[in-house]
Amino acid sequence: MPLAIKFSNVTRRFGAVRAVDSLSLEVPAGSITVLLGPNGAGKTTTVRLTTGALNSDSGSIEVLGLDPAIHGDEVRARSAVVPPKPALYDRLSGWDNLTFTADIFGASHAAIRPAAERFGIDHALDLDVGGYSTGMRTRLALARAMLHDPEVLLLDEPTAGLDPESARAVLDLIRELAGRGRTIVLCTHLLHEAEGVADQVVLMASGQARIVGSQEDLADQFVTNPAVVIDAEDRSVLRLLEKHRDVVSAEWNGALHVRLTHLDRLPDVVAELVASGARITRVQPDNPTLETLYFEMQRSLRETA
Amino acid sequence: MRLDRMLTVARIDLRRLFRSKDYWIPMGFLAGVFFVGLPFLLLTIVTSTTSSELVNKIGEVLQSLPGPVQENVVGETPAARGAYMLAVYLLAPVAIVVPLTISSAVGAHAIVGERERGTGEFLAHSPLTEREIFLGKMLASLVPGFAATAVGFGIYSLLVNLKVGPLVGGWFFPTPAWWVLIIWVVPPFIAVALSLILWVSSRVRSTAAAQQAATLVSLPVIFAAYGVSSGLLINPVVAALTIGVVAWTLAVAGLITGSRSLHRERLLGFGGDG
Repeated sequence: MPLAIKFSNVTRRFGAVRAVDSLSLEVPAGSITVLLGPNGAGKTTTVRLTTGALNSDSGSIEVLGLDPAIHGDEVRARSAVVPPKPALYDRLSGWDNLTFTADIFGASHAAIRPAAERFGIDHALDLDVGGYSTGMRTRLALARAMLHDPEVLLLDEPTAGLDPESARAVLDLIRELAGRGRTIVLCTHLLHEAEGVADQVVLMASGQARIVGSQEDLADQFVTNPAVVIDAEDRSVLRLLEKHRDVVSAEWNGALHVRLTHLDRLPDVVAELVASGARITRVQPDNPTLETLYFEMQRSLRETA
Repeated sequence: MRLDRMLTVARIDLRRLFRSKDYWIPMGFLAGVFFVGLPFLLLTIVTSTTSSELVNKIGEVLQSLPGPVQENVVGETPAARGAYMLAVYLLAPVAIVVPLTISSAVGAHAIVGERERGTGEFLAHSPLTEREIFLGKMLASLVPGFAATAVGFGIYSLLVNLKVGPLVGGWFFPTPAWWVLIIWVVPPFIAVALSLILWVSSRVRSTAAAQQAATLVSLPVIFAAYGVSSGLLINPVVAALTIGVVAWTLAVAGLITGSRSLHRERLLGFGGDG
């Protein structure tokens, strides 16, 4: 798959601080990449380097086959950024904010109303943005980002402080764009929102991409004991599993959540329960959430360090 | 550089400005004082006085003016000559402060304001070039100053011609030298001041710092403009044209230097001084 974004050994310092430190990262075209990491991990600097808003001190960056330090104007014309704070002009109406964006990105004014309708902000286009709620502002920023149909969309903590409807609008946008082959980079520390949308998860720490992979691959790599939810009509039978040789841990939480030594032991475990007279009502893999994965990866990094 | 995008930046800045009452009210007050209030008050006092003491003092002031100025002062009576002198040689040069101040106030916020509002992030990620942003903001800062010059001196001309004209044989303002000053000398002085102020605005970290720096930067330019305008009124129109050429040259140099001073990183809040 061709790459939309490629960082090769990129470093960017602010004084003595290395915000991005020898960062190497590849984002395939048409993929959704989620950048995870605590504050100060280098996510925002990575976004800024991607569009050429910041220049690197060393290393090379390629976005859509172009170097943003040289062809920044073209890179920026073909991409869009939704920053953590929407960066709107409060004293202008929503319509004025969008026409300004359309004019500088060379988009048609005909795209404004559909974009506003798409994010449910069309009713407020005539109002000054200063009177918008946080959710309305983010919706307008999303509509703004979509006006010129960007090939690369960079979302930097876009759901921070949003109501559930607005947060869902962000995630719906991500899925819709991904379906149309656009490249998306989502920086977040709200892990449940990134759940299931990422083709690639990147754990950043100290300005470096420390762990990279798909959620499934990372789960295999970092969650060594797969979890399964098991339930039965007579739950007392399930207590057999608490001391079963293939069960690492068992915990009641509505049903029995067990961690197995390996997933291929599951058929034998279930067979033994049935042989003991259990009438099984539920056997369900309990895939690790991104949050679980995140903390497992962080733990792994700490142990490595 | 694309002209249409530069004009878009200017247009959006002007639109924001038109909606900012906290900008227009003090600036309108300032213009009202210098173009209308103060001239009306002083000219009314001078033209309607019956005090022989005041008339004598006006006569003394007229005697102390340089010879060429004395020759140009029109009027049969001391009061008429005093009113003419006030209108042409004292009040009008002071009023030059108004357009310079109006433009300076806009310019001081222009770039650092983007950083403070967070909208600098949007501009930094946009395809606008630094030059388009700088020149767009320059234009948006120039327009109110030029408009204040045209409208302010238009109203001032009407006022002084109505108040003093009947005493000096008809409408007299703008004089030929003042036409040159208004059209040819004041605009480049505004541009020079703005080049410096925008340069400052792109470097400081807060609007407050920009305003302080703008005051330091614009005051000498205001005094220079005032001094030049006052001095040129004494000398021939050719001198005014020459000074205008120098001012325009400085303005163009300031534009080029200033437009190179804005870097995208500064819009994000990095690399500022102070």
